[in-house]
Amino acid sequence: MANLRGAPPIDMTPMVDLAFLLVTFFMLTATAIPDEPVTVDTPSSVSEIKIPETNVITITIGKDGKVFFNVDGQHTRADLLGRIGERYGIAFTPEETRTFAIMSSIGVPIGSLKQFLSLNPEQRKEIDQPGIPCDSAQNELGDWVLQTRLSNRNVRIAIKGDRDANYPVVKKVIDTMIDKKVNRFNLITNMEKGS
Amino acid sequence: MAELGGGGGGHKKKGGKVRSKKGSTRIDMTPMVDLAFLLLTFFVMTTTLNKPQTMEITMPEKPKPGDEMPEINEKNVMTLVLGEDDKIYWYMGITNPEVEVSNFSATGIRKILLSKKAEIPKLVVLIKAMDEAKYKNMVDIMDEMNISTMQRFALVDITPTDVELVKESQL
Repeated sequence: MANLRGAPPIDMTPMVDLAFLLVTFFMLTATAIPDEPVTVDTPSSVSEIKIPETNVITITIGKDGKVFFNVDGQHTRADLLGRIGERYGIAFTPEETRTFAIMSSIGVPIGSLKQFLSLNPEQRKEIDQPGIPCDSAQNELGDWVLQTRLSNRNVRIAIKGDRDANYPVVKKVIDTMIDKKVNRFNLITNMEKGS
Repeated sequence: MAELGGGGGGHKKKGGKVRSKKGSTRIDMTPMVDLAFLLLTFFVMTTTLNKPQTMEITMPEKPKPGDEMPEINEKNVMTLVLGEDDKIYWYMGITNPEVEVSNFSATGIRKILLSKKAEIPKLVVLIKAMDEAKYKNMVDIMDEMNISTMQRFALVDITPTDVELVKESQL
């Protein structure tokens, strides 16, 4: 008999069960951090509202004033690409739609989107995206936002700007939103570091 | 363990059936459990971190032609102009304003806002950002509005007059 002396055996099964349950839970809820085309250093604020996790359009404004667009949800994205194609008279193949559905931020004009989608993921990461045009003459950002809202009416809009982005660019983005009758949006900020 | 020896099958009287010998099925689960906890720790750590804060802002709708604009007393209007190098130019009223300069420190614009707010209950703050201003300035000033619980403020376009005023002030 092994356990005549010393600690009595403990049944570890419940603990291990619980551990695996938690592992499964965290694995399923974890979302991979999307790879951003530019690194963005967000400004800090005292606001403590958390951003919703789903149905968010993220408009990234880089330090150099480039604008990127991202929306979550594969169905929304696939539907969105169809609508954009319809609007601009570009037919996207199912292959391209699938690529678009699973990728992250885009920052190319719609005209070169087809070519951008044909690249493989590594090439896409390396390429220097010029940003989405949002001038009043050719406002593609407005179309992206509008068509996303048509695909998924629950989306909220978050603007993630770099702290050193110039105000005129931010103003252009905000004006685009107002133009598309989006009057409420979120600015993504950091926690205030004790001032 | 006691049952390891098991005893050969047919000794128990159950209709004379021969039972197969039960081998030991105990596996050392320690490595698996170790891995489970390692993963658990990893996921716990990565999920609780990095959840960005957000600041909610509501912009006014574009005025349609024929909409009546609310009229406000110019004495209640405070204008903040965000300039370059994190400067804030501010003035009260509209006619012959005296432009002063301030900054984003706790003793800068926050103090001014709080004192003006105590002085004028119906204060309306107009925030105008010059082209040289950074996005950070805009977020910071909105933050100051939150901190000083300003009720009425608006982000409006800069006018050439404001630029002129700032230039003249030479601050």
